[in-house]
Amino acid sequence: MAGINVNGRDFEVAAEPDTPLLWVLRDTLGMTGTKYGCGVAMCGACTVLIDGQATRSCQFPLESVGQSRITTIESIEEDEIGRKVVDAWVDIQVPQCGYCQSGQVMAATSLLKQNPHPTDADIADAMTNLCRCGTYNRIADAIRQVAAG
Amino acid sequence: MNFFSSIDSAQVVRLMHPEGITNLSRRRFLSFGAGAVVLGALLPDIPRRAFAAVPNAGPVKPGTRVPAFLLIGKDNSVKLLSPFVEGGQGISTGQAQIVGEELDVNPSRFVVECAPPGPDYAVVGGIRMTGGSFSTRSSYDVLRRMGATARDMFIRAAASRLGVAPASLTTEDGVVIHAASGRRVPYGDIAAEALALEPAENVPLRDPATFRYIRKPMPRLDARDKSTGKAIYAIDQKVDGMLYAAVQHAPHLGTEPENLANEAAVKAMPGVHSVHKLPGAVAVTADSWFRARKAVETLEVRWTQPTPTGFGSVAADYSSGGLLAALKASSGSGISAEQAGDVEAAFASATKVIEAEYDAPYLAHAQLEPPSTIARFNADGTLELWMPNQMPELFQLFASQTAGIPQDRVIIHSPILGGFFGRHFTYGPGNPFPQAILLAKATGKPVKVLWSREEEFKRDALRPLSFSRFSAALDKNGKPVAIKVRTVGEGPLGRYFGEAVAGPADSSAVEGLVEKPYAIPNRSMELVKFPHPVTIAFWRSVGHSMNDYFYEGFFDEMADAGGQDPYALRLELLGDTPRHLNLLRTVGELSGGWKRGPYASADGKRARGVSMASPFGSETATIAEVSLADGQVKVHNLWIAFDPGSIVNPAIVKSQVESAAALGLSATLFEELVYADGVRQSSNFDSYPILARDHMPAVHVEIVESGAPMGGVGEPGLPGIGPAVVNAVAALTGNHVRSLPLAKATFGSR
Repeated sequence: MAGINVNGRDFEVAAEPDTPLLWVLRDTLGMTGTKYGCGVAMCGACTVLIDGQATRSCQFPLESVGQSRITTIESIEEDEIGRKVVDAWVDIQVPQCGYCQSGQVMAATSLLKQNPHPTDADIADAMTNLCRCGTYNRIADAIRQVAAG
Repeated sequence: MNFFSSIDSAQVVRLMHPEGITNLSRRRFLSFGAGAVVLGALLPDIPRRAFAAVPNAGPVKPGTRVPAFLLIGKDNSVKLLSPFVEGGQGISTGQAQIVGEELDVNPSRFVVECAPPGPDYAVVGGIRMTGGSFSTRSSYDVLRRMGATARDMFIRAAASRLGVAPASLTTEDGVVIHAASGRRVPYGDIAAEALALEPAENVPLRDPATFRYIRKPMPRLDARDKSTGKAIYAIDQKVDGMLYAAVQHAPHLGTEPENLANEAAVKAMPGVHSVHKLPGAVAVTADSWFRARKAVETLEVRWTQPTPTGFGSVAADYSSGGLLAALKASSGSGISAEQAGDVEAAFASATKVIEAEYDAPYLAHAQLEPPSTIARFNADGTLELWMPNQMPELFQLFASQTAGIPQDRVIIHSPILGGFFGRHFTYGPGNPFPQAILLAKATGKPVKVLWSREEEFKRDALRPLSFSRFSAALDKNGKPVAIKVRTVGEGPLGRYFGEAVAGPADSSAVEGLVEKPYAIPNRSMELVKFPHPVTIAFWRSVGHSMNDYFYEGFFDEMADAGGQDPYALRLELLGDTPRHLNLLRTVGELSGGWKRGPYASADGKRARGVSMASPFGSETATIAEVSLADGQVKVHNLWIAFDPGSIVNPAIVKSQVESAAALGLSATLFEELVYADGVRQSSNFDSYPILARDHMPAVHVEIVESGAPMGGVGEPGLPGIGPAVVNAVAALTGNHVRSLPLAKATFGSR
């Protein structure tokens, strides 16, 4: 059994130590907002915050979680920046199929928490998640809107 | 333990109405009213039961039975059961706008779900499907009428309740109002009696001049749920007591698992429930998907030897390069897809003749949500399935065949799709639902099969690798007077629906090469049929996805050979087609005035290319601006003028054009699924790169509503991108690229 803290709550999890955090969240804890896309940390659909840092949970084993505090999309609106990001996502009408957007919102929240006024280059560096619907421009617009306050 | 015979592809044939698929087919049918009749007449062997899932339902006129579509809560909430599945195209919001406009309920209050199988939902010319950029244009009139009919029922029910004449009542956002007495009756208070009334015939529709919702840029209903992880896809579903299953597919299509060397050891792995051989695959069920996947990938499988290439089997020496060489070498006789004038005479008297060969590769859908299915056999003998699909009744039919139970015993849930682009039709070995059914049967428990990204890349159905050979005759003024195209290959419409639907020259193989708007008097387009052994697919914009690149790319070769500016030559050859002329001028103005270049910019030379396309009843004109960086193409701007005739939601139309442009650019720059030694060489996004943020250009869209009959929206933005980019590269480098993707080549500017 491993203890992990997700969205401010403690959980005891029975899973092998090499189980990716993604599958602990989705299948063990039933938090399906975090998505599986590629399993090799390329697409970013599985992005969560680990101690505030955007991290691809499909390649992050349970045994590495330790005392870290994990934030998932399920609690993103409880975070002030996260709520603003979500509002901007709705306002700019970012999502199409929506499948990658949990990860995009998490990555954007992490960026804006660390860098409230990112340049376009900062956005390009931080926002590397894939979107098959090609919503990249609207994602950048939404981030700029939050940064502009 | 090979439980099932693989799906007979002949069963897939002739289930879908051709109007959903191509312009060419669409134009054969003059009206939806006639569509169902024509369908029946054309296709006598259609399994009609696919569209009559409700037993003994009697003849149902699709789109007319209001209770099949609307659930009104006592709290005045409104749920719309939609004939269509939402996959990012915004159809749920659009349907709410159409119905809400006539029902007089603000669409923002709607909850929209994909309806279960049933004859009421066969609103696409007599059948049901989501695809072909056809949902809105096929159902617009029917659903407006359904909404108006429902509103009339609420008015009559309120009149009865209040003891007043219906004519004395009005409505306002879900409330019936008796202005004379100030009394108000919410729809939710009278839903039961209203929906029990006999629907009236010919209820008048709202005057479009008074529309509040249709043609307005209403926000998508699902934007917040999709921004907060609350939207539920097939992959997110869970049922009590279910096992998780992971599979390993045979590397060669058509081979079978022969021996499992370490089966006992795998069975002993943590959480493992059982190990199974399936057609073309092995599977492990376990108490979590990660455990199932780890176990199935530990299995040491000996597969049968690959058979010679055939339909549904890929030989050990099969390669996409080899197939392309075979297409090029084919001496087969062609079937005419278009013929006009006297081509041979025009070539004989030409001042100049040019020739070019164009090809485009196999493409994967690469939607971000990997396919999954939950199958559960219920105590009452029904089979319940949760799965991504674009045709619930067709999946229901095939599921019933796999399970060996009557079709009406199969319950289908159709969750929203995490991207589809044509991915979720029935593609034989390309869908996980047969595996889920077999595993549920074998284990006696509900089973959720999820394909890993790697297993999805092994079995996704593919946009066909395609090839066309062009030649053109130019006169002494450098103007094209004749064009010939010989296409060798196969389209998905012919593969899955047969010649009766696709036409003798498979329209899905030649669309984009025929029915072009240019006044070139002598034309000969022919198709040589050449079947692919791989599972081929509908892929966003289907035949247009490569053919408009071929034709419009060759158009610029004709222009260059004749010393003509490609934009000016298009204007000239569009002479008497005002809709196209207007669109080409619009995109020119949108881009700040046509200039081909090359011209200097802060980051080096840039140039522009232009293209036109006529996909799915809509028209597009596109201009791309490119430069070179380290020998690779960088696209800076895409300007797209888009004319779908008329629209429902301008904001969604714009976002669909942006999305189609991104996918078109992704294919143009990067995408290629290669076969070598009979095995696909891509297994994940590292070996199948798709467009990422760093290559996303600015996209400028202008919607032109010409008033022409409503065309499609989801796909038409795509086909113009490839040729506009390639033509811009030609302007910059002098090199007309005849084979995609561009990432295969290195460029230097001239």
